[in-house]
Amino acid sequence: MADTRLGHTKERFIVGIYDHEDKVVNAVKKLKNDGVKIYEVYSPHPIHHIDTYIGHPRTRIPIAAFLFGALGTLSAITLIIYTMGIDWPMIIGGKNFVAIPTMVPVTFELTVLISALGMVATFLVSNNMGPGKKEFMFDRRTTDDKYALVVDLDANTLGEEQIRDLMVKYGAETDPLPRIVER
Amino acid sequence: MQVTSPIREPLVTGHKTMHDITEDICRRVEEKPSKAWLAAFGVSLMMLIVGGYAAASTWWYGIGMWGLNKTVGWAWDITNFVWWVGIGHAGTLISAILLLFRQKWRTSINRAAEAMTIFAVICAGTFILMHMGRTWLAHWALPLPNTYGSLWVNFHSPLVWDVFAISTYLTVSLVFWYVGLIPDLATIRDRAKLTLEKYPLLDTDTPEERREKRKKRRPIAAFIYGLLAFGWEGGAKVWARYEYVALILAGLSTPLVLSVHTIVSFDFATSLIPGWHTTIFPPYFVAGAIFSGFAMVQTLMLITRKVYKLEDYITITHIDYMNKIIILTGSIVGIAYVTEFFMAWYSGVEYERYAFLNRAFGPYWWAYWSMMTCNVISPQLFWFKKIRQSIAWSFFLSIVVNIGMWFERFVIIVTSLHRDFLPSSWAMFSPTLYDMGDYLFTFGIFFTCFFLFAKYLPVVNMAEVKTILNSSDIKAKAKATEYLKEGGVVAAASPMYDKGKDL
Repeated sequence: MADTRLGHTKERFIVGIYDHEDKVVNAVKKLKNDGVKIYEVYSPHPIHHIDTYIGHPRTRIPIAAFLFGALGTLSAITLIIYTMGIDWPMIIGGKNFVAIPTMVPVTFELTVLISALGMVATFLVSNNMGPGKKEFMFDRRTTDDKYALVVDLDANTLGEEQIRDLMVKYGAETDPLPRIVER
Repeated sequence: MQVTSPIREPLVTGHKTMHDITEDICRRVEEKPSKAWLAAFGVSLMMLIVGGYAAASTWWYGIGMWGLNKTVGWAWDITNFVWWVGIGHAGTLISAILLLFRQKWRTSINRAAEAMTIFAVICAGTFILMHMGRTWLAHWALPLPNTYGSLWVNFHSPLVWDVFAISTYLTVSLVFWYVGLIPDLATIRDRAKLTLEKYPLLDTDTPEERREKRKKRRPIAAFIYGLLAFGWEGGAKVWARYEYVALILAGLSTPLVLSVHTIVSFDFATSLIPGWHTTIFPPYFVAGAIFSGFAMVQTLMLITRKVYKLEDYITITHIDYMNKIIILTGSIVGIAYVTEFFMAWYSGVEYERYAFLNRAFGPYWWAYWSMMTCNVISPQLFWFKKIRQSIAWSFFLSIVVNIGMWFERFVIIVTSLHRDFLPSSWAMFSPTLYDMGDYLFTFGIFFTCFFLFAKYLPVVNMAEVKTILNSSDIKAKAKATEYLKEGGVVAAASPMYDKGKDL
């Protein structure tokens, strides 16, 4: 149940710790089968496809990369055509004012640059990350060698004890038992 | 988890656990600098200071301090620029192209190679800024609005393409490297924060207890790495996005690597100087860049491996693979040399023929044959497995290759210029102490940055090595097989092991 002390609504989670990626994947799949909604899995390295097992929607980062890349291409073409063809047209080496072959290198570089920077900015914004951002770690060992399976108690119909038993049944560490964390 | 063939050599030896990986890599960052590190850092600082004097003099008095003359207007500056850019290529190649090709062996060496890329490109940029003569007007190379009658940069010029190529390459490589660092910075942050939790300063502590606890606490590390880790939490959603970012950055960087040295080669190829005006330059420069870059990665990795005792992560297999790439690219470069000669003869242009004969048999014959020996003959020794897998030979030949690649750039630039169309203006180039000092300055920058990186940041990408641990270690593989027998589900990219579908 949400705690409303001091006027803040606190979320309550139960955190199970696993010592192997196979165990945590197994637990995710079996808990899902048992009707438990999983909040998130924290791991020291990426585990392929676990986001889809949890039920996270597919990321749209590639779309952002494409859109920023298109922006880069357009800005380069606009810049070159405006500067070389409109604002101060000069005949250099007998080339046309708008000479497409000589536009290729700069257009390519700006496409890559803006796509890369835009995509990484999108990544940081979408994950609420940035220099000096404060992290909320359910267990600090998850950046070392442990895997934390986190279940939001308010989003589930099963009780705390039942979820804890299921987590242990599917391989969570028992010393200590899966614990409650408030945020 | 993907289980690899049992006949493949494991990529991580010593039966490491994930915690061992964290310990091995983080300990180097957390402990006090060793005497070896301090000595090496001191030497690189000396290079920086001594070379810095030459660089400051060049900036103060102008590039008349160099040995250039009216015939040889480009010499060591551009030679060093192209050489440094080439050195920088292996880093992004390892990160990007090998990532796209799913080469797992890249994971132990990609971090240091990427760092090397950034520092090498900074060194290359230093020469460009110096070569401008008036460095304080460097912004004129950018298309900035101005009050000179809207005078813009010339987008038809390969030198402007170079500005875009190098600055994009530096920026994207920096971003790629930093994004890759974030999870590992979070690991160091969390280790520092765990020590703070482990040794809380309590009111009940005696002064002695507080002093003892303070020695073990790491508040500065917790603060600094906390700032640098960008609030990384490592959830599945973030990892999924992170992997996409890495993959797309790799996809963007792959053509970028090829484009940068192609554009650098355009500086020469689009001119009309015999010896420069050749269509083979773009692929030839790219192959040469990867060749020299891998040689430098090999040199640095062998030193880092020894000093930081990383033999379990940078194994003989890694060294062997890198040497194989050196044979491949060295052979491509060798073919390019022969092709250049053939095309000079086949073109029927007498100036072109003369330029190439002059390279091989003119006054700079020693530079040409040094280049041929170092770049074409020496890497062929790697066909022998014993040499390819020997640390001493790999170290020696990697340095030989880098010397050879420096001579290649010198030969291309100076021998093509020193005898131009008018015999009355023929001249020789001799470097001055300031030419040499400026080169030393960039070595100072490179090694100072590299040693700082090796001390204060994780030199091996822990998160990525942890990813391949299960498929690269015999014990971990056995553990997974046992787990499967018990009816468990293996974290699988391969449907063969994905028993979860039956649940």
